[in-house]
Amino acid sequence: MSSKSNTKIEVAKTQTVKSSIASKKNITLISMLVPGLIVMLLNNYMPMFGLVFAFRKMDTVQKLFGSGWNGLKNFEYLFSSNAAWKITRNTIGYNVVFILIGLVLPVFMAICLNELRNKKAAKVYQSLFFIPYFLSWVVISYVVFGLLSNEYGALNRIIQMFGGEKVSWYSKPEAWPFILVVVNTWKWTGYDTIVYLSAVCGVNQELFEAASVDGATRLQQIFYITIPSLVPLAIVLVLLRLGRMFYTDMGLFYSVPRNTGVLQDVTNTIDTYVYRAFTATGNIGLSAAAGFYQAILGLVVILTFNAIVRKFDPDSAII
Amino acid sequence: MKKQAEAVSVAPNGTQISKGTNILLNILFVIIAIICIYPLILVLMVSLTDEMTIITNGYSVFPKQFSLTAYQYIFENIMTVVRAYGVSILTTLVGGLLGLIIMAMYAYPLARDDFKYRSPFNVICVITMLFSGGLVPTYMVFVKVLGLKDNILALILAQLFSAFYVMIIRTFFKTNVPKSLIEAAQIDGAGEYFTFFRIVLPLAKPALATVLMFSMLNYWNDWYFPLLYITSPDKYNLQYLMYQMQTKIASLITASSAGATIDISSIPSETARMAMAIVAIGPIVLAYPFFQKYFEKGITLGATKE
Repeated sequence: MSSKSNTKIEVAKTQTVKSSIASKKNITLISMLVPGLIVMLLNNYMPMFGLVFAFRKMDTVQKLFGSGWNGLKNFEYLFSSNAAWKITRNTIGYNVVFILIGLVLPVFMAICLNELRNKKAAKVYQSLFFIPYFLSWVVISYVVFGLLSNEYGALNRIIQMFGGEKVSWYSKPEAWPFILVVVNTWKWTGYDTIVYLSAVCGVNQELFEAASVDGATRLQQIFYITIPSLVPLAIVLVLLRLGRMFYTDMGLFYSVPRNTGVLQDVTNTIDTYVYRAFTATGNIGLSAAAGFYQAILGLVVILTFNAIVRKFDPDSAII
Repeated sequence: MKKQAEAVSVAPNGTQISKGTNILLNILFVIIAIICIYPLILVLMVSLTDEMTIITNGYSVFPKQFSLTAYQYIFENIMTVVRAYGVSILTTLVGGLLGLIIMAMYAYPLARDDFKYRSPFNVICVITMLFSGGLVPTYMVFVKVLGLKDNILALILAQLFSAFYVMIIRTFFKTNVPKSLIEAAQIDGAGEYFTFFRIVLPLAKPALATVLMFSMLNYWNDWYFPLLYITSPDKYNLQYLMYQMQTKIASLITASSAGATIDISSIPSETARMAMAIVAIGPIVLAYPFFQKYFEKGITLGATKE
């Protein structure tokens, strides 16, 4: 950059060399994206075009492209039945409860674990709490059956031991909202606790020391230092879950209740409804319409909540 | 004043809970720990109980009479179990590793500030997190377009790529792989692929291990995609075999002996189911220490964003 005329030419030269290197580099980098793009095309983008199925008249898979358009008939059918309301209510209801429990209980447990004076014991507890997360929903279905089975279930045994009557849990719909919430909490609390625990451990220790010098009790320190420092993580996690508000786990709602008909009033969610409409009754148009309904609601919810969070705390927004 | 402050900071009591509270918390945690493992112990004990004892006394953690007939029964039909194990191991290893490479390769350009088309490709990836075609269209693509009905490839492809994991890996590349290192490699004439495989990937081991663990666990525990796509029993994975056994205990019987009439009542069905659950949990118990190590390290990665 010292003398003018010469360097100008050199700069121009290096720029053209640089830009050709840059374009080559960009092409190489794009080539790295190709495998991922192909998988996304197959798994995500091609099915998105398939959303038009929701507007088609389809009775069987075979007549997929032969049958004509159906307009909004599939949706009319979906919403004229009682089902749309029930599955939406169940899906939102369970998810709201799951989100609330998944916020309060793990935060409480993480803070308590962090407070333990015997750190070795805390490690052991942590490992044990983590176990349910690793089990598949099928294994959990077995476990739940072992507890609730009509003839041999451990719970009925305990009830009988105290002189009570056997309860046939798998034909008692009113018990299942509670059972599903308990099972879901059992599976996820340990995992969530560890997520929050890592944030609790990350709090600057000097803050606590300063607070204790100022005479704050440990409880006050927790309320004024620990909990506020967990807020950003909690916002991100809650937001991610809100975005999945219209989705439920097939394992929890289909496998754990063992696909029991009598329980469907309280165990049927959008996902299980879509699955059953598709496989059991073979009503593809209806199933696709319900899937479409779910996809749109899901998108609206995530964009709405993200916009709200962005307004108050731009750093915590996920998109 | 100063002296007092020093005294306080030396004695850690101000930043610790009292002994009494500590004892109470320990009691609470022991109870929660029992709740976490009790159902598993129940499954284990039932699998070791004599079938007749179950029928008269029901499931219990303290069986009156032990028996290994359930495991004996599973062992008699070991081929079915071995095949299911094979399918599970195959999908877990191939899907886990292949998916990891594909996702890391997708994450790397997105982490490079000098990649010109970073944001459009980022958007393509993020959209898959926000919106999905749903069950019916996905099934149609897999079965009608790709012809993957009753094909193990369907199980692998279905979980091969997750935008969420891509974001985790990208964030790690951005924060933990020094830009200067990549630049230095390029000045030395290293190609993009060389830089990626030899310099970037080794530095990103913690994030890659975490994602690999997560995705392998998903493959291992998958029962839903077999439910959708798999029809022939010899392609069942372990979880789906168990799912089938939930209602049809005879699912365990090998195809070869299926022709003969089987006396279903002779099957120790109650205990054999639970024994099967133990057989399926086995490898996870073995992998647990590794899992825990990486999960705890990497779990926070999942919660951090860009």
